[in-house]
Amino acid sequence: MTQSELPIIDGPNCPLPITNRGQIVLGHGSGGQMTHDLVRDVFQLRLANAILDTANDAAIVTSAPPGKRLVVSTDAHIVSPLFFAGGDIGRLAVCGTVNDVAMLGADPRFLTATFILEEGFAIHELERIVDSFAQACREAGVELIAADTKVTEKGKSDKLFISTTGFGWADSKLQIGGEQAKPGDAVIISGPVGNHGIAVAEARGNLGFSSQVCSDTAPLNHMVKVLLDAGLDVHVLRDPTRGGLATTLVEIARQSQVNIELDEETIPVDQPVRKTCELLGLDPLYLANEGKMILILPADQAEEALRSMHSTRYGEEAKVIGQVLGSSRGQVWLKTPFGTTRVLEMLAGEMLPRIC
Amino acid sequence: MTEMPTNLRGAPLTKAIMAEIRRITTQPWNIMEICGGQTHAIMQYGLDQLLPAEITLIHGPGCPVCVTSLQAIEQGLQIASQPDVIFTTFGDMLRVPGNQADLFTARSQGADVRVVYSPLDSLKIAHTNPDKQVVFFAIGFETTAPTIASTILSAKKAGITNFSILPANVLVPPAMHAILSNPANRVQGFLAAGHVCAVMGYHEYLPIAEQYQIPIVVTGFEPVDLATGILMTIQQLEAGQHQVANAYPRFVTKEGNQVAQKMISEVFEPVDRQWRGIGAIPLSGLGLRPEYASFNALTRFELTQTPLNESPLCIAGKVLSGVAKPFDCLAFAGECTPAHPLGAPMVSSEGACAAYYRYHRTRE
Repeated sequence: MTQSELPIIDGPNCPLPITNRGQIVLGHGSGGQMTHDLVRDVFQLRLANAILDTANDAAIVTSAPPGKRLVVSTDAHIVSPLFFAGGDIGRLAVCGTVNDVAMLGADPRFLTATFILEEGFAIHELERIVDSFAQACREAGVELIAADTKVTEKGKSDKLFISTTGFGWADSKLQIGGEQAKPGDAVIISGPVGNHGIAVAEARGNLGFSSQVCSDTAPLNHMVKVLLDAGLDVHVLRDPTRGGLATTLVEIARQSQVNIELDEETIPVDQPVRKTCELLGLDPLYLANEGKMILILPADQAEEALRSMHSTRYGEEAKVIGQVLGSSRGQVWLKTPFGTTRVLEMLAGEMLPRIC
Repeated sequence: MTEMPTNLRGAPLTKAIMAEIRRITTQPWNIMEICGGQTHAIMQYGLDQLLPAEITLIHGPGCPVCVTSLQAIEQGLQIASQPDVIFTTFGDMLRVPGNQADLFTARSQGADVRVVYSPLDSLKIAHTNPDKQVVFFAIGFETTAPTIASTILSAKKAGITNFSILPANVLVPPAMHAILSNPANRVQGFLAAGHVCAVMGYHEYLPIAEQYQIPIVVTGFEPVDLATGILMTIQQLEAGQHQVANAYPRFVTKEGNQVAQKMISEVFEPVDRQWRGIGAIPLSGLGLRPEYASFNALTRFELTQTPLNESPLCIAGKVLSGVAKPFDCLAFAGECTPAHPLGAPMVSSEGACAAYYRYHRTRE
């Protein structure tokens, strides 16, 4: 071998470990450097606040101020696909828990979250979701104070599951709950129903056409605050998520042992949702919502409640849709435009489209 | 998406037609709406509450989920449970009880059961999963048959060999014959199913109207359509006529969709078929023609015969043939509910029992 045939060595050439991967690998769940890098680059970058930044194993928060009580709710979020028109699992995980806390009249302040990641999940998608999670936190005015990530082997979970727990403070004197509906109350819905259910069905490729419907996923706590600040005597607040408006009202009717009568013509349903439902044989009253709430309060306060709701971003289309009638075992009746009446039941199992 | 004429759901027009029905009705009449979709719509809008007391609506066997035989369900469960099979079906079939299990149960035990909105989706699944056998549960009336036929024609043309169907399609006119020749029959007039007639036309009903001296009115699904169909039937009954009339001319012609009919007859031929709760009806089903026999899942898989056990409480057969109403069943809303159905009519949104459960339970 002559001098000129020798390889030219211009630096160390042993293989370095790959540090910048495009997808989640099991090492991201090791608790070591990769986990730290992921937490720092994906989560802390987007969700920084004084409490999270202490980087301890637990968070210390101030207790509820005098005259207030702590309200807690927890929820696991599994949605396929992760992205849909009008939202994604990140926004959903914040809004779902914020709304559950707000529905007891509380002001949501803090969230904790667990992100369960599947090996192979694209990090740029995770970043998009955490961006959206952070944006929803800012919109709702809540802080993420503790979080955890875990990684499962491929096939043992599905891309990303998020579990969130929310904490808020409510006035100790408030008595808001599904059991508080009283005869003579008005039933109000904060806007058109069914959009989330159609948007997710479309994202799953189940429609076979474009419905132009966006999910309504939104935090409702500001609307609740406006109602309570106005001094209204709120009896029931509930967000009609899975099972839709009909199922949620049946729950309330049974909890409160009253009958509820709805006027079908007054229930707001967006035209594209209505058309999609007609085509597939679905009922918008049973489709999920993620940014709507039912408000029940004395009928003589309904007008003021509507005025308050109309002034908020997510309550512009709020309407009175029915009334609470006398005490009973708890039924929901729907008055049709034909002057006929039918009884609404809870959704039985999954809602499936008709065949022909 | 086509725009629906907005006035068809219109309450004022529907109420006006109902007033005319009340005006001309002089005696009791029993009218059967064949199609489960019509039963559903009648209940949903409460149209039966607007009819005069003399008019009884009898709910027919036109629910594809309800009439699919227990044997076919059991065959579907067996096929779905085999390894390397993707079993595809319209959504409602998942909850129909077989002997012990339904397809939801099979899925929870590991079977790959997928809901599709069209058999063409099943063919796509077959194309993308060449190592799996993809089976489509072919149920429905004349309405689903053209798409299923066209799917098989496409599969044959594309040389796709891992796709087959479990044939269970049924036909409306033989069922009408069966109902009318039953000695217990009470039906005096029919609302024919608008969707079926959009495909098949209504010429096949002319001999039925003649033979049994019974009026048949092709009827749509919106409140105004249904009210019009009922009115035109009562007009004939009161006048002693028995014509085939068309109350759904915006979608239905006498000849129907001949392209669709040609596809059906290219792929399928009439065969005897079991109807759940009713029994065997001659030449009431669609079987694959010999040229397409290779697409028959029944010959592709080894299946064992299972004994067939219907719930002794369920009176689905009487409900489906119009002899009894869902309320007549002792199990209705007690042992049998949409969440725990004993019989198929409680499962499908087109089933009479489910429609009664959802819409017709009286105020307590």
